[in-house]
Amino acid sequence: MASPGEASVDETHVGKKKKQPARYWQELQEEERKDENKVKNDAEQSKEAQQQEEDETQKAKKRKQDQSPSDGEKVKPGKSDPFPGPAPIPEDRLQKFKRKDKLKKPHRKQHKLRDIIARSEDASEMAQKQAARFDLLLPEEAGFLEGDEDEDTCMISQEDIAEAVDITSGAKYFNLKLSQFGPYRLDYSKTGRHLLLGGRRGHVACIDWTSKQLMCEINVMESVNDVKWLHSEAMYAVAQKKWLYIYDSNGIELHCIRKFNDVLRMQFLPYHFLLATASATSFLQYLDVSVGKEVAAICTKTGRLDVMCQNPHNAIIHLGHANGTVTLWSPNQKEALVKMLCHQGGVRSVAVDKTGTYMVTSGMDKKLKVYDIRAFKPLKSYFLPAGAACLSLSQRGLLSAATGDVVQVYKDVCSMPVTKPYMAHRLRGTVWGLHFCPFEDVLGVGHGDGFTSMLVPGAGEPNFDGLDANPYRSAKQRQEWEVKALMEKIQPDLISLDPTELAQVDQATWEQRHQDRVEVLGFDPLAKEKFVPKYKKKGRSSAGAIERRKKQVAHEEQRDVIRKSVEDKVKMEKERKERERKKAALSTQKSALDRFKK
Amino acid sequence: MKVKVIARNPDDYVRETKLDIQRVPRNYDPSLHPFEVSREYTRALNATKLERVFAKPFVASLDGHRDGVNCMAKHAKSLSTLLSGSCDGEVKVWNLSKHECVRTFQAHEGFVRGMVVRYCGASFFTVGDDKTIKQWKMESPGYGEEEEPINTILGKTVYTGLDHHQNDPVFATCGQQVDIWDEQRSSPIRSFTWGVDSFSSVHFNPVETELLASCASDRSIVLYDMRESTPLKKVIMTMRSNTLSWNPMEAYYFTCANEDYNLYTYDMRYLAKPIMVHMDHVSAVLDVDYAPTGKEFVSASFDKTIRIFAKDGGHSREVYHTKRMQHVICIKWSADNKYILSGSDEMNIRLWKANAAEKLGVLAPREREAANYSQKLKEKFQHHPQIRRIARHRHLPKTIYHQTKELRIMKEARRRKERNVRKHSKPGSVPVVSEKEKHVVTVVK
Repeated sequence: MASPGEASVDETHVGKKKKQPARYWQELQEEERKDENKVKNDAEQSKEAQQQEEDETQKAKKRKQDQSPSDGEKVKPGKSDPFPGPAPIPEDRLQKFKRKDKLKKPHRKQHKLRDIIARSEDASEMAQKQAARFDLLLPEEAGFLEGDEDEDTCMISQEDIAEAVDITSGAKYFNLKLSQFGPYRLDYSKTGRHLLLGGRRGHVACIDWTSKQLMCEINVMESVNDVKWLHSEAMYAVAQKKWLYIYDSNGIELHCIRKFNDVLRMQFLPYHFLLATASATSFLQYLDVSVGKEVAAICTKTGRLDVMCQNPHNAIIHLGHANGTVTLWSPNQKEALVKMLCHQGGVRSVAVDKTGTYMVTSGMDKKLKVYDIRAFKPLKSYFLPAGAACLSLSQRGLLSAATGDVVQVYKDVCSMPVTKPYMAHRLRGTVWGLHFCPFEDVLGVGHGDGFTSMLVPGAGEPNFDGLDANPYRSAKQRQEWEVKALMEKIQPDLISLDPTELAQVDQATWEQRHQDRVEVLGFDPLAKEKFVPKYKKKGRSSAGAIERRKKQVAHEEQRDVIRKSVEDKVKMEKERKERERKKAALSTQKSALDRFKK
Repeated sequence: MKVKVIARNPDDYVRETKLDIQRVPRNYDPSLHPFEVSREYTRALNATKLERVFAKPFVASLDGHRDGVNCMAKHAKSLSTLLSGSCDGEVKVWNLSKHECVRTFQAHEGFVRGMVVRYCGASFFTVGDDKTIKQWKMESPGYGEEEEPINTILGKTVYTGLDHHQNDPVFATCGQQVDIWDEQRSSPIRSFTWGVDSFSSVHFNPVETELLASCASDRSIVLYDMRESTPLKKVIMTMRSNTLSWNPMEAYYFTCANEDYNLYTYDMRYLAKPIMVHMDHVSAVLDVDYAPTGKEFVSASFDKTIRIFAKDGGHSREVYHTKRMQHVICIKWSADNKYILSGSDEMNIRLWKANAAEKLGVLAPREREAANYSQKLKEKFQHHPQIRRIARHRHLPKTIYHQTKELRIMKEARRRKERNVRKHSKPGSVPVVSEKEKHVVTVVK
């Protein structure tokens, strides 16, 4: 963004040999200039060049001074603003906040629409720029882990990391030895402050894990299939042996929901206040937790449903099945929106990233596959010798996969081929549940021997939004947030594959518009008039003659249609031949390797 | 090994003392805010519902007249002053902020037909059925003094309307002809006639101040230039117009209130076809007044309702009615664009909010921000069927509801008949006449 004015000022300072505090942009410019000088090589030449440049700058300055009075601003003679205009914004940052491509301008006749579109585009551009500028002021930066030369990051142990970082962060690596009721499933609340543990043999505990405070601990005296926080840390759902139960944070049973039986997996859609459950009887059910009503119950007819995840971008539920397919569901449709054959064996685990771009699946065929879920296309396929039982994606796109009693974390699985993990950690028992903690560099692992909280640098989003999920919110703030969130609860019928569909123009098809027009007018203006044969005298309008004439006309019409279709066919044939001819011409050009062909 | 993990200092995120406000760090990254569109839609829906909940347009009723209120006048300088004249010849001056009458006097025998405040705000004129034009002081007479007009002009015929020039001591009256008066003289400086014997109202153009328009009983609207001796041109419509109002911002537009239940907005330069027909009333429209922004106008009708129209909207955006309000005779939009004043047959003047759901009084900055935000959302999603249904829904008195329905059926029947006639006649012999063209008979120059 070096404008000519800016460059000239720099030059003059150099000429005067006044020392200025070093700035990063100066460094850049100096380098550029060095490059220029290198080309010229000769010192004298460079001097001359400098002289010339100085002359030019003086001219430029003169021009500037000539301009400045017309601007009406007070500028001291000899000094001008070294950084004129607004500060430049990096393109990638602007791109991050881009919502939509620019619209095509409507015809000049539609001047009102043109005006409205121009104005709204200006406004959105300004918003985008302001948001991009604000990005600079974000207080925290993401974590990272870099090994020394010839040191693999996956060989670095958790103890070493915990020792290397500060005490509070180091305390986030801990083990809970709970061998009695394991293996454990777990869930972090939306703010990442609270942890919910559910042991297979009935042990349920919720913990404020940063302060290591136990909020409640109960034994439900039944097997526990899954646990899930509801919208806040005041309530959680537990899928027990038979029914679905809801408890509050003191461990008091609030509801036993008998409509939901044999639930194996649960997902909570926070903006819709929907709890989606997948059961052993192959039912996918949605419970609206704000009013306590069942929104939809879908019989998927695909057997036991124990692989489930949600797409956080559009609230579609992904289910994995034993025949290797992954199906996508919304509460508005009794059929699956999409069925994808992903693996040759059964699907063991599914995860979707937060932008709704990638889906990662692992199957019994010991493969880990990455799909572009917007285009439903496979992107990458990896072979894991042990196969991954659980998958979890972090906010910044790290993938953790549990193979037996080892947890491996991969970086950039979706974008580039990966050969070795970013981090690895061996646990005491088989992994049962895996979850990244939101807004923290922490991976929670539930296993046969209890719970382990791992440090995974670079996993969490460093800057949270206080109005959406604030880990440091007070009780009052939480109450206010709850009211606001309930007010803007999204209705379940707005769930669709494309969440921006609602903002798009519903362009009626031509048929639809024509039908509406016919309805309004009461007749079809484009309908072809029926042929009525003219009355002819001298007995030529006998019934037979009329029929013949009608037939003639009908045949003529039909002939027109046939003629047209034949013409089209000929044309297409001609084009095809042309193409083939070109192809043949290209293939006749012999290459050096043609001699090896038979 | 180089390692960094996220370590937040709670002091940066939690307020220091209980007296501080809570800290709310923001991150506008779109990926942290999923379902933007659906959430905004939900907010817009809620805002629309709340708008209907809070729509309480009626502010106050000013009673005191002993007969129907026939005319009103806004003060030229003071927002809180309103003048009203009734059918028994009484004139009242009101203080709107206190909702009370500050002055009452008998101005005429019979109706007060028209009143207007002089541009300086120091005096006002009234005309009445007793064939007089009277000029009154704005301030009330001292103790013991009698109410006396500054000036009285005795005319030969009854005057039915009156308007004052924007910045000259000149005013115009109408009756059997349109007269232009100098304030200093007792006879008109100019009189216009064009083959008709009765005019119902006359109005000066607020921008091209020498121009006037008047509504005549022969169903015509006549335009005059004060400087010329003959009228400019007139448009004759199928029904009589009761009154008209100039758009104060785009003063080449005026809107007339017609007997055929409609209002018509004309461009003064092209009178052959109105630029918009405003339908919704179910009885004759008696009065119309523009908002000072020129974007909307309000109309009063014989069907006991008040309707607010956008200047380019074919149907009203708002309808006001009460059980007790009878035929609304005169209407004014206050100069601060916030209130509407209506005078009706049953002797009351009513004060309404121009924006039914608006909160009165001073708004806190956050309140105003929230209101602006929800306004924008409503605008953004206004075409969604669910939202439009809620925003458009109004409760109407039974009679008006049924009458609207009946009118719709009649119109549909007429349309169907015309279509059938067209279908069964020679092509081109029954031309399609648009609604705008239907009501204009001819333009005479």
